[in-house]
Amino acid sequence: MEKKTAAVKMRNITKAFGPVLANDKVWLDIYRGEILALLGENGSGKTTLMNMLSGIYFPDEGEITIDGKEVVIRSPKDALNLGIGMIHQHFKLVDVLTATENIILGLEGKGRLDLKAASAKIREICDKYGFDVDPDMKIYEMSVSQKQTVEIVKVLYRGADILILDEPTAVLTPQETDKLFAVLRNMRDAGKAIVIITHKMHEVEELSDRVAVLRHGQFIGDMLTKDTNAQEMTNMMIGRPVELNIERPEPVDPKPRIEVKDLTVRSIDGVIKLDNVSFTANSGEILGIAGISGCGQKELLEAIAGLQPTESGSISYITDSGEREELLGKDPLAIADMGVTLSFVPEDRLGMGLVGNMDLSDNMMLRSFRRGRSLLTDRKGPRKLAQTVVDELDVSTPSISTPVRKLSGGNVQKVLVGREIASAPTVLLTAYAVRGLDINSSYTIYDLINRQKKSGVAVIYVGEDLDVLLELCDRILVLCGGKVSGIVPGRGAKKRDVGMMMTKLGGNKADE
Amino acid sequence: MNNAKQGPLVHIVKRGALPRWKAWGIRLIAIVAALIVCAVVTMVVTGEDPIQVYATMIDGAFGTTRKAWNLAQSTAMLLGVSLAVTPAFRMRFWNIGGEGQVLAGCLAAAACMICLADKMSNGLLIAVTAAASIAAGAVWAGIPAFFKAKWNTNETLFTLMMNYVATQLVAFFVIVWEVPKGAGKIGIINQATQLGWLPPIGGNKYLLNVIVILVLTVGLYVYLNYSKHGYELSVVGESERTARYVGIKVDRVIIRTMLLSGAICGVVGFLLVSGTDHTVTTTIAGGRGFTAVMVSWLAKFNPIFMVLTSLLLAFLDKGAGAISTNFGLNHSFADILSGIILFFIIGCEFFISYKLSFRKSAKKEADTNV
Repeated sequence: MEKKTAAVKMRNITKAFGPVLANDKVWLDIYRGEILALLGENGSGKTTLMNMLSGIYFPDEGEITIDGKEVVIRSPKDALNLGIGMIHQHFKLVDVLTATENIILGLEGKGRLDLKAASAKIREICDKYGFDVDPDMKIYEMSVSQKQTVEIVKVLYRGADILILDEPTAVLTPQETDKLFAVLRNMRDAGKAIVIITHKMHEVEELSDRVAVLRHGQFIGDMLTKDTNAQEMTNMMIGRPVELNIERPEPVDPKPRIEVKDLTVRSIDGVIKLDNVSFTANSGEILGIAGISGCGQKELLEAIAGLQPTESGSISYITDSGEREELLGKDPLAIADMGVTLSFVPEDRLGMGLVGNMDLSDNMMLRSFRRGRSLLTDRKGPRKLAQTVVDELDVSTPSISTPVRKLSGGNVQKVLVGREIASAPTVLLTAYAVRGLDINSSYTIYDLINRQKKSGVAVIYVGEDLDVLLELCDRILVLCGGKVSGIVPGRGAKKRDVGMMMTKLGGNKADE
Repeated sequence: MNNAKQGPLVHIVKRGALPRWKAWGIRLIAIVAALIVCAVVTMVVTGEDPIQVYATMIDGAFGTTRKAWNLAQSTAMLLGVSLAVTPAFRMRFWNIGGEGQVLAGCLAAAACMICLADKMSNGLLIAVTAAASIAAGAVWAGIPAFFKAKWNTNETLFTLMMNYVATQLVAFFVIVWEVPKGAGKIGIINQATQLGWLPPIGGNKYLLNVIVILVLTVGLYVYLNYSKHGYELSVVGESERTARYVGIKVDRVIIRTMLLSGAICGVVGFLLVSGTDHTVTTTIAGGRGFTAVMVSWLAKFNPIFMVLTSLLLAFLDKGAGAISTNFGLNHSFADILSGIILFFIIGCEFFISYKLSFRKSAKKEADTNV
């Protein structure tokens, strides 16, 4: 690689939120024709740093130069004028408009609105980099990956040549990820500067040319990807050496615990979400559920937990002595009253599992507040439980009377998982238990789940990271469009095959 | 000056949690600033001496024992309605039908006093009247709650519309019961016999109202913060999905909470009719159902703080009345002053959550409060 000058130089960038220093004198260089991976644990300030570059926040201190000129970025508009575009984790699109309409939304133009010219220009961009998107398609008809493509085309259309992507692969299947990476490489080769924020080491190694690591708001260092490896990068992120293997103990005395038979679920609008799903989850075993997002995972877990109205089928709970009890048609309270301790770590942690504005001990109370005859709530028990969870799971929080929404993602998840396993469950349902969590917290969660497995709990683990599913689970059930595409043993399964099964019923077999 | 290389002149920075005394300090500064601005406005617009205007306000509110008791009564009634709407607000159920619920309570009280006066002993009559008022208020609030729980109707519009229905019902019954015929009003009910009237305590007809409302305040504080019901309704307010997830029956909680809300409005209606006014008119609630929304918000839905906020609003109202009569200004001018004061009080909350950083002195915290 010939010597390049940095397109963006960030120097001594500092930003505080109240007493928290999100960025502390951070230096960062971004080059054209290069893909930079920005690494760091949750709360290390990656997103904050990029938000300052894209004009969402204004730095308290420090300067930013672009192509050698010092600039002030006061708003996303300023950033775009400088050629900086950011693709956020949460898409900001209008569902009822087409791709073209979304892309030109907010642009000031002269004269009449010329949608045709706009779509032509969009097609041109798509052809140039290899995007696969129909400019006239409505957003609500699109898959997640298509929506993401629209977001990327939107910033390109506005002339961005410095692109920032915040965890772009979190919502994509392996195949979609490959496609995205191909497009990103095309853009790099066309001389654009690309920054991706990610947690996934193998993606960093596969895609990026250079990595930069942040830890606790401070810049730790940057280097060429080819000169480093996953272990070294992880150590830099965490600040000490860590073990990168997920443990997978042999199942302990597996016996059927939950038996789902011909389960069919329709959404309120009458769309089939689960179609004749049958499987058995055993005690002392982790059953992984893989699938593209929105393939019925949520409905499946919620149906077992008694939160989802179902159309037909049955869900039996089998006790240790072999008695069967039907869970279908019962609400969570009725299930608990039957003496079935079923714990559920839902996908939406703050919108379903916890109450963001309440403090730790009030959140512990969610499961236990009904206990006792008194009209008043018992506050001591939950407070004690909160303290135990904080101590045992090493939750970093100012106190147990801090609202949980103020905690970082990893700590929120520890609080939720801590509460759910405190009731000594026999069934543990988890949905995307490590989504958005950094490596350290993720391993804590894997460890907690494994401990439950060892104590004989039937664990159902819905995940999105196939590498993790393949390392952690004893069996993997693959869902495709609400149907069971297959159940494969976790040991020895190929990532590619599972990926195929996610997109096509039965995977490769259907081809042959 | 406006060099392109410089950042914006002022930018907003979120504060960490502020110690309580500092937050109250900011609120105090806001009130002082509000009084200064009001003084300037008064001088410029009317030419009156602002100090005298303020003195008149205070005199108008606390000047004599009678005035002070009047203020206590206004505060108590406003506080009562505010207490009533608060459980609903904690549940994020925007009940702006306090007015109608109070009216329903008033109407039921008047109906009992008029129709049952000669059919039972006075003690029993008062008990029946109280029960009827509470039930009427609860029903008036329960209807929108039922629709919300079953069909997810918009509670704001529904409760608002129920106000008009209640007003019209009162208007109708005023004509039915008017005394004398053709007067268009009911007049004092049972004036000669005083049947169904709440007995004055120590010769003071307002004291009982004040005591009842204070007991309710403490009771509601405990209910909201320490009871299982209170916990459930907070969870429902924060997230219905979380509530369902832990097995709380959301529709039951909505209906139960609104019945409570309406019942407290019914109590206020009962106190107004049986305790003080001994009559019913379409305007007997006096807009308290709406002012209560502000009282409750200002106090952040905390019943104990509501004592202060309702006192403040009642004081502003009484003081404003005094200014308009004493200085020959119309009531609108007094409203302008109330508006300025409220603007500052509400506005200062911004400075409790955020601070402004100025360009040059970015390191020095610019602790401006106005």
